[in-house]
Amino acid sequence: MSLDQLYQQIILDHSKARHGSGLAETPAPQGAATGQSHQLNPVCGDEVTLRLAVADGKVTQVSWDGAGCSISMASASVFSDLAEGMTVAEVHGVIDSFREVLRSRGKIPADPELLGDAAAFEGVARYAARVKCAMISWVAAEDALNQAS
Amino acid sequence: MAVVSTPATLERSVPVMDNAEVLRIRNDFPVLNQMVNGKQLVYLDSGATSQNPLSVIEAEQEFYEQRNAAVHRGAHHLAVEATEAFEDARQTVADLIGADYSETVWTSNATEGLNLISYALSNAALWAAQGRGDSALKGLALKPGDEIVVTEMEHHANLIPWQELAFRTGATLRYLPIDDAGRLNLEQAAGIIGSRTRVLAFTHASNVLGTINPVRELVALARASNALVVLDACQSAPHMPLDVKELDVDFAVFSGHKMLAPTGIGVLYGRQELLDILPPFLTGGSMITTVTMERAEYLPAPQRFEAGTQRISQAVALAAAANYLTETGLDRIHRWEMDLGQRMVAGLEALPGIRVLGPAAGEERIGLAAFDVDGVHAHDVGQFLDSMGIAVRVGHHCAQPLHRRLGLTATTRASAYLYNTTDDVDQFLDAVAGVRAYFRA
Repeated sequence: MSLDQLYQQIILDHSKARHGSGLAETPAPQGAATGQSHQLNPVCGDEVTLRLAVADGKVTQVSWDGAGCSISMASASVFSDLAEGMTVAEVHGVIDSFREVLRSRGKIPADPELLGDAAAFEGVARYAARVKCAMISWVAAEDALNQAS
Repeated sequence: MAVVSTPATLERSVPVMDNAEVLRIRNDFPVLNQMVNGKQLVYLDSGATSQNPLSVIEAEQEFYEQRNAAVHRGAHHLAVEATEAFEDARQTVADLIGADYSETVWTSNATEGLNLISYALSNAALWAAQGRGDSALKGLALKPGDEIVVTEMEHHANLIPWQELAFRTGATLRYLPIDDAGRLNLEQAAGIIGSRTRVLAFTHASNVLGTINPVRELVALARASNALVVLDACQSAPHMPLDVKELDVDFAVFSGHKMLAPTGIGVLYGRQELLDILPPFLTGGSMITTVTMERAEYLPAPQRFEAGTQRISQAVALAAAANYLTETGLDRIHRWEMDLGQRMVAGLEALPGIRVLGPAAGEERIGLAAFDVDGVHAHDVGQFLDSMGIAVRVGHHCAQPLHRRLGLTATTRASAYLYNTTDDVDQFLDAVAGVRAYFRA
């Protein structure tokens, strides 16, 4: 498997664009329930703090701050784009699907219909050492979602 | 046959290593002869763990095929053979570091060796408080107000055991600071190591910075304060001649797997008079004289610190590794690796957006280089290099406080050994030169 299959264009783009980053400067929307989670990978020092706002059963805002490798930063960015506007149940669904693909060691293909840009992380599943990089913000999101809903 | 030669003549006549010799050496290491991601493997992670030559692999295999048995017990033939091999290995490794046989204790690795010292010292406080053991134990017992001194560049293995010893005894942990070039400041050290200092623990050579610390000067400061000196020799014993008596340290530790031997075997050197009185760390079989329902009496060192069935085949393999290093010549290996280190650092410094940790090119350092790539996380650097078959270490290298001190969380480290050529270093440098463009930094 080539490096370009791991670092797909979408991933490199998102690692620079970092949609949703800037938690410290972004106020939570009025009237929404929020949850916030900090996750750290002690092996490499990757760190993400992610906040979710939920109103009327839908995720209305994802905001995060983090430091880490391109995979971890891109996956936080992709998650932010994907989750905003989804119902709580839908977000749980995509998190479960994403986790299943990443833990499959490459055996389970990603469903682009369901995961959108996050399907680009399919290749990460073949690199056991990088699965946590891709998962860190999604683990934070799951924790935050449980607090907010 | 008697061979007579003076060391001075030897020193002059020893040829320096070159790429041709290294390529011959490489043939002794089967694992290095493989393709990774379509490229010939370039292994630059020996600072984490080294590879095994055939002679080491065969020594372990020969032990299991010919003489495997429990040592120091049983009167049968194999038990005698195994015990001989095990104790001969101890003598070989003792000779390698200038120690006496009974001052050379087998451990699992350097981490266990450092924990052994730390627990033996807090056990000394417990024994002394109850009047148990030698009266000199009182002098080794730490108490509130006493200080343990380490440096800001320590590996977690030579840091956390001292944090915990401080916790158990009420002593205070203090740090010798480093400057921005990754060197200790001896004037500041002289202000910190003082009458309260009971233990000074420091690394001989930094696994991140590459700095070689001034052992002599630090030992002099410790001696003036009557403090014990613990030397972490993990990055020195595999790479340069080491004489623990000449360095005049009280304890030294290193791991076999970083010096061509298998995992699971390490060495603790301790000054005889200390090992003879210190309470054991682990207790159980093989380290006792008399055991009653109430208590036990312990053997002198080294058995005093070797409870339970030992890592016999690994000890035999470590002796084979010591022989391999001695036959190649640790002074020659040291010189070769220093040159490789200089080549790495000079090459990295010439690249835009690269910050090398530790001493600059032209200054003394061992054969490794840790660096930060502006705009690219170390994990991505490591992945990029791996795609070209180049193995390096990424992360904090078990030195979080040091990375925090330098304002970083993770770096990439290339570390060389006797089987690396200048071509390996050049391939690594060429690859690093392409990292920032790939990740658009």
